[in-house]
Parts: sequence; C-alpha cells; structure tokens
Amino acid sequence: MARAVTTRHKTIATAAAWIVALLIFFPILYTIITSFKSEQEAIQGFNLIPSGTFESYSEVQAQSGYFKFFLNSVLLSVGSTILALLVAIPAAWSMAFSPTKRTKDILMWMLSTKMMPAVAVLFPIYLIFRDTGLLDSRIGLMVMLMLINLPIVVWMLYTYFREIPGEILEAARMDGASLWNEIIYVLTPMAVPGIASTMLLNIILAWNEAFWTIRLTTTDAAPLTAFISSFSSPQGLFWAKLSAASTLAIAPILIMGWFSQKQLVRGLTFGAVK
Amino acid sequence: MKLRTLTLGLLSASALAFAAHAESITIATVNNGDMVRMQKLTDDFTKANPDIQLNWVTLEENVLRERVTTDIATKGGQYDVMTIGTYEVPIWAKQSWLLPLDKLGADYDVKDIIPAIAGGLSVDGKLYAAPFYGESSFVMYRKDLMEKAGLKMPDAPTWDFIKQAADKMTDRANGVNGVCLRGKAGWGENMAFLTAMSNSFGARWFDENWKPQFDQPEWKKTLQFYVDLMKADGPEGASSNGFNENLALFQQGKCGMWIDATVAASFVSDPKNSTVADKVGYALAPDNGLGKRGNWLWAWSLAIPAGTKKADAAEKFVSWATSKHYAELVASKEGWANVPPGTRSSLYANPEYQKAAPFAKMTLESINAADPTHPTVKPVPYVGVQFVAIPEFQGLGTTVGQLFSAALAGQSSVDDALKQAQDAATATMTEGGYIK
Repeated sequence: MARAVTTRHKTIATAAAWIVALLIFFPILYTIITSFKSEQEAIQGFNLIPSGTFESYSEVQAQSGYFKFFLNSVLLSVGSTILALLVAIPAAWSMAFSPTKRTKDILMWMLSTKMMPAVAVLFPIYLIFRDTGLLDSRIGLMVMLMLINLPIVVWMLYTYFREIPGEILEAARMDGASLWNEIIYVLTPMAVPGIASTMLLNIILAWNEAFWTIRLTTTDAAPLTAFISSFSSPQGLFWAKLSAASTLAIAPILIMGWFSQKQLVRGLTFGAVK
Repeated sequence: MKLRTLTLGLLSASALAFAAHAESITIATVNNGDMVRMQKLTDDFTKANPDIQLNWVTLEENVLRERVTTDIATKGGQYDVMTIGTYEVPIWAKQSWLLPLDKLGADYDVKDIIPAIAGGLSVDGKLYAAPFYGESSFVMYRKDLMEKAGLKMPDAPTWDFIKQAADKMTDRANGVNGVCLRGKAGWGENMAFLTAMSNSFGARWFDENWKPQFDQPEWKKTLQFYVDLMKADGPEGASSNGFNENLALFQQGKCGMWIDATVAASFVSDPKNSTVADKVGYALAPDNGLGKRGNWLWAWSLAIPAGTKKADAAEKFVSWATSKHYAELVASKEGWANVPPGTRSSLYANPEYQKAAPFAKMTLESINAADPTHPTVKPVPYVGVQFVAIPEFQGLGTTVGQLFSAALAGQSSVDDALKQAQDAATATMTEGGYIK
C-alpha cells in the first residue's frame, strides 16, 4: 500500500515537474516554431505547426552576417567571466574565511547595486566610456559586464567557500602553504564545482545581457543581442525573421547549457544537503 | 597587478587603434524594406568613393531613437549618419545637434525635393536632413466590397462617408470589418493617426499660448467619432493594433478600409503577401470640410550629427543615398516600384514610375495636402502634422495615447480620457515652462 502511494506521488510529482518545465520552455519553443513559419503565418495567431520554411533563416543570414556578432558574444561572455572570477575569488575567499563584523553589510551593499535600474546610470557610464574611448570596444564592454555580474559571482562563490571547512585550510597553513598556495592548491580544487557553476551561470548572464551590450556598442563590439534587435521593423512584417534571429542567437548558449547541465545543477545544489 | 594593468592598457590601446584606422563612417538606421535595400546597393557608392568604408548599425525604431539621442546629447561621436524622422529634425537642429546640409553637390537639385517634405526638415530656411523616403497617410479600400455595398469611393471622401461605407461593409459573420485603424498606444502609433484625424475636425493640441485643448469640443468630437466608428465597424481587440497588425488584417481580407501610411500601398498591392492585391483602391484621407484633411506627413531622413569627425564623407554618403541617381540605380536593379517614394517631385513626373506604382498619384497628392508648418484649422505655436515638435511630446504623446487606447478598449469613457489628457498635458506644459 505504502509503495502504491509513493509511486502515485512520484507520478504526480513528475507530471507536475514536466508541466512546469514545459511552461518555462514554451516561449523558447514557440520562438523556434515561429522561425520556421512564413511572415504571414507568423502573425496569423496561435499555431503550433509551422509550414517548415527556411526562408527566414536565409533572409536573416543574407541581411547581416551572424558570425561577427557570434564571435563578439563569445569573447564578451567568456572574457567578462574570467575577469569576474579573477576579482571575485579573492574577495569571496577573504569574506568567507576571515569574516569581520561588517562582512554581511559589505555583501548586502554589493547586492544592492543590482537593485538599481540600469538606465539610471546610463548617462554617467556613457560619458565615462566616451572620455576613455571605450565606446564600442570589446574590452570596455567586458569590464562593464564583469561589473554588473560581480555581485552575483561574489555571492555565489562566498556561499560555496563557506561550505569548505576552515580546518583544511588551517592544516595547509600548518604545512607551510603561503596565502596564494592556499588559494590555488587547496581552496580552488575543493571549490571547483562551485566555481564551474558560477562560471557557467555568469557566461549565460553575460550572453543574454541586452541593455548595456546594445547601448555601448555600435559595430565593432556588437554581440548577438544587437543582431536580434536589428530585425524588428516599424513598417513591415518581421515576426518570423525576428524569431529566426533569436533562435540563432540563443542556440549556442542553449546547447552549452544542455551539455553542462550536470555541472550546473551540481554546483547550484552544492552544500544544500549537510 | 602591474602586469594586469599593463595588459588591460595594451588591450584598450589596440582596440582604439583598430577603431581609428581607415576612413569609415557609421550609419545608424531602422530595419525598413527601403533601408535594407540601400545596404545591398552600397557597392555603387564605395566604387565611386574607394576611400570611404561604410558600417551599418540597424536597430529597432525605439532603441535607435534612444541610442542616437544618448549619443548626440553627450556628443559621443559613435555615428556619422543617422536615420531620424520629421519629429526629431526641427528639435535637434534648434539644439545645434545637427550639421546643416549645404554641400550636397552641384547635381543634387535640392529644389526637386517635395516642398512639404523639405519644409518639415528645414529650420530657418536651412536643410538639416535629406529625406530618404517620405510618406503621408491615405485611405486604402477594397474595391470589391465597396461595390458590393453599392457605394463609390470619391477621391476625397468625408468622415461621414467613411462611417457610412464602414457600416455597410461590416460583415462580422464573414470576418470583414468595415474599417481598421490604429489603436495601439504610442506617440507614433495611435496618436499619429488621432492627431492627424483631429486636424480635420478642427482640433489642435495647444492654443497660441501653449494651453492644452483637450477640453474643447473639437477633441470631444474627434475621439467620440473614432471610438463609435471602431466599436461599430472595427476589428476585435483594436486597441492593441498598430501598423503591422492592421497590415496583416488587411492583407488577409479582413478590412474593408484601412487609413494608414501611404507606404503600406506597396505591401497591400504585393500579390506575394496580400490576398487582396488586385482589389485595392486608394483615396485621400477624409476631411470634414474645414480645410484640413486627416493625413500626416513623415519622412525617414538622413542627418549628420554635430559630433562627427567625418562630416565630409558623411555628407557625400547622404547626397548619394537621397539623389536622383540612387532612384535610377534602384529602378535599374529592382524595378521602379521599389524606388523609395515621397521625396522628389521628379519621381512622380516619371511616366515609368506612374505605370509601376498605381498609388503614385494619390501618394503625391496626400503628401502635398499636409502642411507641417500650418497643420491645423486654428493657429498653433508648433510645427508638425501628427506630432508636436517639442522634446516633451514623446512622453506626453504616449501618455495621452494610453488614455485614448483605454477609451477605445472601453476601460474608460471618452469624457474621462479627455479630462485626464487635459490634466496630463497641463502638468507637462507647466513643468516645461511653456505655461507661465
């Protein structure tokens, strides 16, 4: 009897999980479906079966080269993630292992920068970029993306580092490890799952960032977000083309997420069960 | 630490060096058919000017507007040529944000630009942007449904006739709506239509002292007529329909009449996408016999921001893209019907164009029937037919657009919407220092 109940519960739970997953995935699925429709079909209302035309893809490719934008997206998301880790690992390490009375306040203060709407600082940032010649440069945008994701990276790493027993680090110190040796040879290997999932999440966040990447670039540094934005038209039908552009833009990150699923989930639940 | 600083420095220096090399100009534009076509034809320009390289930035209209405004206000210098409309040109020229176009070349023939369009792009007699394509609005109607209704569309209909025809054409059982009009909120969406319509009802946004006029009977008549017409003969959910939604409805044969941009004519008459391509007739936008018609005037134009360091190259490009030569180039490659409309008188005098574009005559007459410097029956202190060329209009126009869209959706009454519009406009104008 008990087994029957468990099985039923399990079935219900699985069904519920599938429904939620489908709900979350549906907008993406519908974008992909729409990308295989003609413009007329796309605007005609809800329809899950496309006519299967590749017209939009060829038009999108003919109109603006995908590869240049793709390359920028890769450089920006990976570059900003590396920069963020370089800054965040020492920061999280010091807060996790040598906390002071104010550590919590510092963490909250960092997070509070995420609570401000980005547009509020558009002009100051734009002026700084203008004066330093960083407008439309990859390096400038890497720094910008690093800065906006830094609070999240620090927070995640801090949580992971806290799970590592301080005694192990003490033991390393007893054996004569220097500060850097301690971070590089003891702490980092133990925190690899945490660092890896932070890295993956940060790459996804940087890949999808659409406010600064559109506003601080023109041509040289423009990533896929700018590519998508170029297909919306005030006069003329564009839903199918826009969907094709979106599909092309999200496909790489979606595939990457798929392959690194295990790592991502393991990292996110790291330390959840004691 | 030192090493990292050094690397960063080197990287940014190389990025700068990359940006500074070669005389390349950056052109910001929107994704409209004519603009996309121009990008494909630029070989013709770069062959004649091998020292100039062209970079394109295509953005969604609102993002483009925000991007170029940020850049031009901070003198960021990211763009050398920008695509802007008749709304921005007078405001930005007055701010000295744009360079006057006085070196367009000897064979450019500025006088050939349609006077109504040139007027909207000039300040104190100087041209600040060259029109790439111009448009007005007019009535597109289904000749077959009009015949079935036993009516004949005059070349210059009145609003009463439109109402009468819409009532007769509406056949909701068969999915036919007598008339499709914009309802989606926005200064460039429903307010473009309603402001132009209000001109023909004798209404105006402001009196000579910038006092808002939504409490006047003319606005009440305009909005009441619009809401009643749409309730009786408009499509379902009209309050979320903009240009593209109505275009799709018309192409699918679901509208008897559609009053919108003249540029739509080339879409609805295109047999590849339109099921009613061979059944469309055109007429001037309606009036009420007060001397003004309900049509607007807009021109997507190329302008050069004052912050550019490559003004000469930029002006060469602007001259090429808006020249008679460019029109001929498009005609030779893609046919006369695809030449950007509404900018040059010579195009409309061309018999080949008249033959290829059956809507040519009506388009030109519509453009000529709009006067941005005297848009209304009663005098006004502003320029602009379907907008008021002041910086505050984008925000205010959209707020009022939302109120009127809500009235169309039945969420508020016409009187409430007008009262709130009056309050919002009064607050904005007081804050802006127009009302003392």
